[in-house]
Amino acid sequence: MSLTKTITIEPVTRIEGHAKITIHLDDKGSVSDARFHVNEFRGFEKFCEGRLMWEMPGITSRICGICPASHLVTSAKAGDDILAIGIPETAEKLRRMLTLGQWTQSHALSFFHLSSPDFLLGFDSEPAKRNIFGLMDGHKDFIRRGIRLRKFGQEIIETLGGRRIHTPWAVAGGVREPLGVKERDHLLTWIPEAKETTFLALDTLKKIHEKFAQDIPNYGNFRSLYVGLVGEDGRLEYYGGKLRVRDGNGNTIADQLEPREYQKYFGEHSETWSYLKFPYYKPLSYKKGMYRVGPLARLNVCDYIETPLAEAERKVFNGLTGNLDVMNNSFYYHYARLIEILFAVEKIEMLLNDPVILSEDIRSKAMINRREGVGVCEAPRGVLFHHYHVDDDGVIQKVNMLIATAQNNLAMNRTIRQLAMQYLDGATITEGLLNRIEAGIRCYDPCLSCSTHAIGQMPLLVQLVDAGNKVVAERRRR
Amino acid sequence: MKPKVATVWLGGCSGCHMSFLDMDERLIELADKIELVYSPIADVKHFPKDVDVALVEGAVSNVENEEMARIIRRSSKFVLSFGDCATTGNVTAMRNQFSPDEIMHRAYVELADGDPTIPSEFTTIAKLLPQAKPLHEIIKVDAFLHGCPPTPDQIWFAISELLAGRTPELPNVYLRYG
Ligand code: SF4
Repeated sequence: MSLTKTITIEPVTRIEGHAKITIHLDDKGSVSDARFHVNEFRGFEKFCEGRLMWEMPGITSRICGICPASHLVTSAKAGDDILAIGIPETAEKLRRMLTLGQWTQSHALSFFHLSSPDFLLGFDSEPAKRNIFGLMDGHKDFIRRGIRLRKFGQEIIETLGGRRIHTPWAVAGGVREPLGVKERDHLLTWIPEAKETTFLALDTLKKIHEKFAQDIPNYGNFRSLYVGLVGEDGRLEYYGGKLRVRDGNGNTIADQLEPREYQKYFGEHSETWSYLKFPYYKPLSYKKGMYRVGPLARLNVCDYIETPLAEAERKVFNGLTGNLDVMNNSFYYHYARLIEILFAVEKIEMLLNDPVILSEDIRSKAMINRREGVGVCEAPRGVLFHHYHVDDDGVIQKVNMLIATAQNNLAMNRTIRQLAMQYLDGATITEGLLNRIEAGIRCYDPCLSCSTHAIGQMPLLVQLVDAGNKVVAERRRR
Repeated sequence: MKPKVATVWLGGCSGCHMSFLDMDERLIELADKIELVYSPIADVKHFPKDVDVALVEGAVSNVENEEMARIIRRSSKFVLSFGDCATTGNVTAMRNQFSPDEIMHRAYVELADGDPTIPSEFTTIAKLLPQAKPLHEIIKVDAFLHGCPPTPDQIWFAISELLAGRTPELPNVYLRYG
């Protein structure tokens, strides 16, 4: 009889059973594999067929309540491509601002609402308290500021789109409503507070880096490729630009790739044990082509950030990478995320102060001019593609979407394996292992509703199961 | 004792939960009035036995959603169907015009490159139900909150009414879908 064992980590509540982790041991008891199973599937790619291209921004924003504005903008851009037109300057700037409002609210959620309970209360604090409500005794001011930073991001979206979640504001050809003077002035009043709160978050995180200095090297610390949008001159992009790929040594291996040709560069593998696909960089093979996207990747692929405060902080970040010029440690996703909030706030300020932002020339009109369109945008968690085929009337024939979180799937699996190898002690499942796996996954801030549905913290049930499916050890945390 | 409140996320996009967080500073006030005993934003693993109010987002789309819905009903005094997916099936039910096999085939075979593989390891992942259903087709619910998502004001109103011991009778302004 084989002695192979499987450890199952089953987060039942936080993701309502939508994701699960198994750690596989070989007959010597060493970790042979780790799998992050995603449990949720809603079938957008099929049921969008037969809908009108014009409805797609509204439908696809319902993929995700955390980053609906990113799906909205990406979908509208795929529509622009089908109309084969450029959009007015003001429309582009307004869409850019929406995208940055989306980054701000989503990154604030990740840091303040979801990760800071671990940071402020400690990984081993009482689980019942370890959430945003638990922080309200003792850390009320900190959490109020975080709530307000997220609110600022949401107010950008609400001011432009009329509602915070699932606004239908962006459309193929531009946007529906312009920005008024009064609203512009109101948004500007937020800027000083938003910067101050972001600096508070940065200070808090730097203390965390010191506190966990010994642990941090084990959190998904490995070389991989990085993919993100950059401008022609290599600046950090979030709405336009083209794709750059860097390797784990900091070498640029491909640059200015045309987003419309993404299928040439990215393949999507699937496995029987997860609904989440496994995208990879095609010129290398599956697994070798593992790449990371999102804040860490964006800071790794860009040459500079166009706003001064964020650029100064990026240099500090870059100084932590030694001589590689890329940060290979996923714990620093948190740091990258905060630098991106700083950039978003500064850039929103610039956009608001640009007189053209108030123009009412916000929409170009055209008929269906192409049968195929691709939209791309940097969503909070990484580069996002929507790809539609339509008929002459704009009725959707086929849809493909490459979602940010999925592109980190191989890296998330690798991170769990690394943590299990480091912290699994024989066949005993320790609290320390559970904590670290949770924290390891949370680095990626997986927007699992785009693909799986997990936010917040991961309550765990870990089972050590032998080959005959008998539970030989169990540990659960409530 | 503060009333015990749970929020649950079934087959939805989390937008209803995000709208809950959009109550912003009112969340701080809420923390004094309720105990959040179970939620995707909290860390408790098992649905507790004695929940006063459960807000349930999302349609019932797979076998685990269905099992969870029954657990919620057994363990909660008041179940609120939270948002349009829970209430009508909404976007999650748009797949119902196709069979699960058809939508899986599209995603994992027709759009695959290399070896097409259909997720099928149902010991680790949840099997889709033939149709995604609104919550009240699976369990009895005590009230409905419309909207995709319901607005923060609507959620605040409903929770305040429940805390005052009343079933929320939504004023007309809150009776909208979408
Ligand atoms: S009702 Fe709307 S916001 Fe709520 S889960 Fe469904 S799609 Fe998302």
